[in-house]
Amino acid sequence: MTAVITRDVNAPLVQPGYRAGLLDVFRRRYLLRLLVRKGIQQRYSGSFLGLLWSYVQPAVQFSVYFFVMGLILGMHKNVPNFPIHLFSGMVIVHYFTETFSQGTRSIVQNRQIVQKMSLPREMFPVSAMMVSAIHTFPQLLILWAGALITGWTPDPVGLLAGFLGIMTVAVFGTGLALIFSAGNVFFRDFQNIVSTFALFIRWTVPMIYPFSRLATSSLAGTWVYKVYLMNPISIAVLNVQRCFWSSTVKDVPNFNPDGFPSFPSHLILRGIIMLAVAVIFLGICQLIFSRFEGKLAERL
Amino acid sequence: MSESIVVDHASKRFTMRYHRTIKEITVATMRRQRLSDSFLAVNDVSFKIEQGESVGLMGLNGSGKSTLLKLISGVMRPDSGKVYTRGRIAGLIATGAGFHPQLSGRDNVYLNAAILGMSEAETKRKFDQIVDFADIGRFLDTPVGYYSSGMFARLGFAVAVHADSDIFLVDEVLAVGDRPFKKKCMARMKEVRDAGQTMVYVSHAAASVRNMCNRVLVLEKGVLGFDGDADAAIKYLNYDDDDEEEVGSEDMDEGMDMDEGLGADI
Repeated sequence: MTAVITRDVNAPLVQPGYRAGLLDVFRRRYLLRLLVRKGIQQRYSGSFLGLLWSYVQPAVQFSVYFFVMGLILGMHKNVPNFPIHLFSGMVIVHYFTETFSQGTRSIVQNRQIVQKMSLPREMFPVSAMMVSAIHTFPQLLILWAGALITGWTPDPVGLLAGFLGIMTVAVFGTGLALIFSAGNVFFRDFQNIVSTFALFIRWTVPMIYPFSRLATSSLAGTWVYKVYLMNPISIAVLNVQRCFWSSTVKDVPNFNPDGFPSFPSHLILRGIIMLAVAVIFLGICQLIFSRFEGKLAERL
Repeated sequence: MSESIVVDHASKRFTMRYHRTIKEITVATMRRQRLSDSFLAVNDVSFKIEQGESVGLMGLNGSGKSTLLKLISGVMRPDSGKVYTRGRIAGLIATGAGFHPQLSGRDNVYLNAAILGMSEAETKRKFDQIVDFADIGRFLDTPVGYYSSGMFARLGFAVAVHADSDIFLVDEVLAVGDRPFKKKCMARMKEVRDAGQTMVYVSHAAASVRNMCNRVLVLEKGVLGFDGDADAAIKYLNYDDDDEEEVGSEDMDEGMDMDEGLGADI
């Protein structure tokens, strides 16, 4: 036997594995980048149209709403610049449902890695959120181009509103993706809950119909109305509309483009509160995730 | 010398659920059948391994070897007790790497290396060596889901062995490799050992364990049954009787010397 070389290991004696949760995810950005790239490649692997599917589905959905809601149900008459109103809502709802549904499946989809390798498991839902963001970004550009053509002008309040709306969805969606991705390991029911949820979220936010319709209906001021405004996705949609849609309709007579009843009162303040709530929610989700993380490898 | 792996009264309990759906659970409850059962896969195990030691881990199927490796690598956490390790850990657990079946061999090498803690530059520098060692040729850009089990294990071993880890875990990796690859692995594992990396080697092949390790831990139904000299451990397990020659006859026929004592790691 050859002489044994003594290897000096400077590292401290620690418990193996990762315990800092989301902090570990952002400490290992190179790995996160690889996972995001993998997620983009994989999303439509084996399909001929590939990435184009990210546009086909929203385009079809947009056309349906445009014709059915716009022309048949007369939203074009009720809502000035309805296409931008509709599309602002669709982009942000799409980002949310993609983050939520892909995030929920992320750990089960990567079970071969989770069972054999030690890495922060939060990596998977977080990378799903980022992949969704990359898919959504071109839609945001299309939305912006459409708004620009129809008279969009930048205003600081609008830009702040847009930022608040997008961040709220990113943070809130990541939180939901975290707990649902862990839940999905135990019961695959979770991914079905998500698709059911995605079906009705479109109707619980003001995108196909204007907020003013609700604000002037018999529901105004009731508990339904209050719950509606407690939905972070509703507030996010309204903020994104404040960003892209408001300034395109400011010249419409007898119409309040950036206040009640087009938007609820104190929209920006509501946006800030929602973002804060989403951050706290993410923290709670992280705590729940950490409780279950230790059991994920054996349950897959 | 410093401690490389410390396992302190570690236990891991697994719960087996027999029924997953609401219908099955309702029916089972009405019939008063058991809904779940649990067992201790690792039961109050304690040991210390010094940096640079190479330790064999033996035991029958289901004795908790892979679970113990998962506790050491951080894939699982003990339910009670503590596990501590020092430095970077690499290796293969339960005959395969953590590869994603839909990704190509190339992408999996990068991903696997990143999970093991290698930087992009480090992976690029070692990429050719890894591919050479794995010897998978033109399949490099094929999704690993199409690989034969041997190719899969070869690529996994190649990445792990190039990670320059402080702790190297090998779990029955040689079971699926062909004879030339087994030889290459054994040679490489000796280099790993002689470079001062701590090694934990799981195998059923007494000859190769005797060859690689001077200390052997034997697990019996999750309990650490024996900790000591390799020869004594093999005697303890009755792996040194005539049966083994019959089981391992494939290797024996070809005139086995110590270096080739790879055995049938099934």
